Amino acid sequence: MNSPLSGLYVHVPFCRTKCPYCDFYSVTDLGLMDTWLKAVAAEVQFYRNDFPVCDSLYLGGGTPSLLDEDRLGPLMEVLQGEIKFTPDAEVTLEANPDDLTPARLSFYRGLGVNRLSLGVQSFDESELRLLGRRHTARQAEEAVAMARQAGFANLSLDLMYALPGQTLAGWERTLQIALACRPEHLSCYQLTLEPGTALGRKYGQAGKTLFNEDAEREFFLFTSGYLEGEGYLHYEISNFARGESRVCRHNLKYWRRRRYLGLGPGAHSFDGRRRWWNHRSVVRYCELLTAGKPPMAGSELLTPEQVRLERLLLGFRMRDGVELESLAGREEDLANLASRGWLRVEGGRARPTIQGFLVADRLPLCFSD
Amino acid sequence: MPNIRNFSIIAHIDHGKSTLADRLIQATILVPERLVRDQMLDTMDLERERGITIKSNTITLPYVAADGREYELNLIDTPGHVDFSYEVSRALASCEGVLLLVDASQGVEAQTLANLYLAMEHDLEIIPVINKIDLPQADIEGVKEQIRQELGLDPEGAILCSAKEGIGIETLLEAIVRRIPPPAGSPDAPLSALIFDANYDSFRGSVVSLRVFEGRVKPGDLIRFMSTGNVYKVEEVGIFSLARLPQPELGAGDVGYLMANIKTVRDTRIGDTVTLDANPARQALPGFKEPKPVVFASIYPLSNDDYQALADALEKYQLNDAAIVFQKDSSAALGQGFRCGFLGLLHLEIVQERLAREFGQSLIMTVPGVRYEFILTDGQMVAVDNPQHYPDPAKIQQTAEPYIRAAIMVPERFVGAVMKLCTERRGENPHFSNPLPGRVELRYDLPLAEVIIDFYDKLKSVTQGYGSFDYDLIGYRESDLVKLDILLNGEKVDALSMIVHRRRAREWAVRVCERLKEEIPRQQFKIAIQGAIGGKIIARETISAFRKDVTAKCYGGDITRKRKLLEKQKEGKKRMKMVGQVTIPQSAFVAVLKSGE
Ligand SMILES: Nc1nc2c(ncn2[C@@H]2O[C@H](COP(=O)(O)OP(=O)(O)OP(=O)(O)O)[C@@H](O)[C@H]2O)c(=O)[nH]1
Ligand code: SF4
Ligand SMILES: [Mg+2]
Repeated sequence: MNSPLSGLYVHVPFCRTKCPYCDFYSVTDLGLMDTWLKAVAAEVQFYRNDFPVCDSLYLGGGTPSLLDEDRLGPLMEVLQGEIKFTPDAEVTLEANPDDLTPARLSFYRGLGVNRLSLGVQSFDESELRLLGRRHTARQAEEAVAMARQAGFANLSLDLMYALPGQTLAGWERTLQIALACRPEHLSCYQLTLEPGTALGRKYGQAGKTLFNEDAEREFFLFTSGYLEGEGYLHYEISNFARGESRVCRHNLKYWRRRRYLGLGPGAHSFDGRRRWWNHRSVVRYCELLTAGKPPMAGSELLTPEQVRLERLLLGFRMRDGVELESLAGREEDLANLASRGWLRVEGGRARPTIQGFLVADRLPLCFSD
Repeated sequence: MPNIRNFSIIAHIDHGKSTLADRLIQATILVPERLVRDQMLDTMDLERERGITIKSNTITLPYVAADGREYELNLIDTPGHVDFSYEVSRALASCEGVLLLVDASQGVEAQTLANLYLAMEHDLEIIPVINKIDLPQADIEGVKEQIRQELGLDPEGAILCSAKEGIGIETLLEAIVRRIPPPAGSPDAPLSALIFDANYDSFRGSVVSLRVFEGRVKPGDLIRFMSTGNVYKVEEVGIFSLARLPQPELGAGDVGYLMANIKTVRDTRIGDTVTLDANPARQALPGFKEPKPVVFASIYPLSNDDYQALADALEKYQLNDAAIVFQKDSSAALGQGFRCGFLGLLHLEIVQERLAREFGQSLIMTVPGVRYEFILTDGQMVAVDNPQHYPDPAKIQQTAEPYIRAAIMVPERFVGAVMKLCTERRGENPHFSNPLPGRVELRYDLPLAEVIIDFYDKLKSVTQGYGSFDYDLIGYRESDLVKLDILLNGEKVDALSMIVHRRRAREWAVRVCERLKEEIPRQQFKIAIQGAIGGKIIARETISAFRKDVTAKCYGGDITRKRKLLEKQKEGKKRMKMVGQVTIPQSAFVAVLKSGE
């Protein structure tokens, strides 16, 4: 069932400043970088035998582009030394536009990075300020151009919509500019106010969104329609690719329940049966590894019912949907959802329609009592 | 036999019965330190959480009296709350005497009197005990006067004590020995023992609490339950000490327990007489009066598959709470269930809690109601405690509903607010008096139906917690009733129907519709909630369909978090019930009880 090829994720838990909407784990104390680097090198030793061959590597964060050459170089060396990568492996690095220079970019290329994921978020100046991003719209455009010049043929942009005060027209402008460089991939997230973040506090209703349901629908449908019109495949709730070959191979491993190893604080791993996750605190993570212990904070062995739930919850967030096998015995529910226009049965799979995408979080529940 | 004394401690709620029991226990047996706590006999979690006694509890105490002889004192601590008075009346059937406790600061209250009457019906020796004399506001002389005037007892015989401080305990023990008569009855007569309580032990079957009136019983005996004629071989008999304590035999006058591998729950009947198969008693003991429920509600298992489990649980539960009555009920919306009768709202609440905790039953309970009386056009009288059996309105000539006389005691400044509340609840015939300076007692005649739903909560809130409330049933009065139906998307949900006074119907309809709107989650389609009398819609709410339910957010490799969220929602869905196309949470059926704010 599981392809022997795994994915490798490395969490770089550092950010120059903390963005007011972000609840990912990162710290702004860059002084911890060297300790972290040593710890990651130690951590990979624990798992090298369980994840011998990978066809994707994802350096995420945090802000991986904060790592300078003296650190990124050795990191890649260690990883490539311990784990075998297939020749065509997808190697992604997340970068903030303001960190990029032509020299940096060619250094990345030299290390084997072949996919850049740029944290653009918006091409509107006031929106960027509101999101507390350090780059300007112009810097973002320049970063994209530089990346192309440096020879990156696989670019992904992260964008956000449903921002405070944003209109559909404003969002369309951001999309327009984004499309100017024909990125191979786009991730479009709706802003969610997370508890404990500055924006969450400012707008005072953590876990909620800023817009009413109908407006959110409009944003979502507009995004999908617009990008599909431009030739993008809406292959996952928030992700668009310019053709099948450009879908993010690494993220697919999460969604298709393939094996992946996550290194770094708070990283999650899955070996096909068991999931485990590391301590989130950089300090704790490093302490454990320095003491020669694995930095695992918890793990779980999945029951068949949990496996089924995961298949549904992940599957219904993808255009590909879910194998009919996973819905055995629930034909009546399937027929019901199909008649509502939420799912379509084709090629032995139940695939969500765009209307189905709109209620994707509810679909798995429709198949359980 | 001459050395046995059987007595109950009875009183109004909170007058200190269980605390006094603690002192009597500690004066007579050595309680291991780890077992010492306040109200030791309140062993149920619910009793401890709420600080009240719910079940009567027996304990046998050895006591060496001033005369140098050793006595066996069988003490039964009883609950004070009116909803558990059936526990008291059954306990009294095992006794020759009672300690009638009166709180020195509160004086005689409603249940003091009610329990006194019960004791007098059983012809018991009554020892008045004035408790809490340590309190600064204790008014011993005033209470003595009340004992004379209101209870008609000789206050000179009253014993002064403080259960809390352990004052007067020796005197009390001596009085028990001297004043309460020893049980009559002969150990050599044929066995005649009364089952006054029981519980079910899944390994050993029924554990029967009994009072032996005549004869004796020991392990190995073949006994017969007189109402069923069933015969069992006794496995164990014993007394209640801090735990069950096996004994070689129980004889006339004893209070204790018996086990005989009785596995069929319904074969044990509270009030039944146990005798010996070989040498039976000539006739059965009188047993107990049937409990008279006043509040009714239906209960349904959450899933129809669990009906049998609920039926089994109810049967076992009834062994340990003889006050509950139930019969089969069925609803188009909720399937098979039971219509239950309770002695009051607190009783209802406790039953629901105990079924959940002790038997793992998750239930849907419908809105509680009372028993109404209808005179039909053909002159026939029918009593209806279930809205589903509401008579054809065209054939109703006259309707009546039960009334109570409420006694509400409040500080003067709240009188206005309480009067307003009582008027809203159709109160009539107000009377005022000043039993104590600064305090007013209001008496109102109120329909019981208006009181069983959130009246006490409202009273507490309008009096900032200072209002106390007691009531007596005073019989039926003519009324003007209608049946209020609730419809979801045009479909009547029978389990939500209720019988209400015509004047209050609209208000109720609006309240129920609003509450349901809050409780029912949005679904794939629009839901219309309507309240109707006959075919006429009198209230309406709408729940719009959800149109988007997805978070377009990135979770990276953390699938666990997302799955756990889903698992939680799945659990929530288990507590939902499909009614037609609409999914209703279990809580919605009782949520209509919650007050507006
Ligand atoms: N000051 C004082 N408080 C007492 C005395 N006896 C009991 N209490 C308190 O009164 C409260 C009620 O005591 P309980 O023994 O639970 O009363 P009860 O009569 O068993 O109550 P129910 O079983 O619920 O009817 C508790 O807070 C006791 O501590 C006493 O002699 N003096
Ligand atoms: S959004 Fe990215 S750069 Fe901003 S705090 Fe979060 S991880 Fe760091
Ligand atoms: Mg008590």
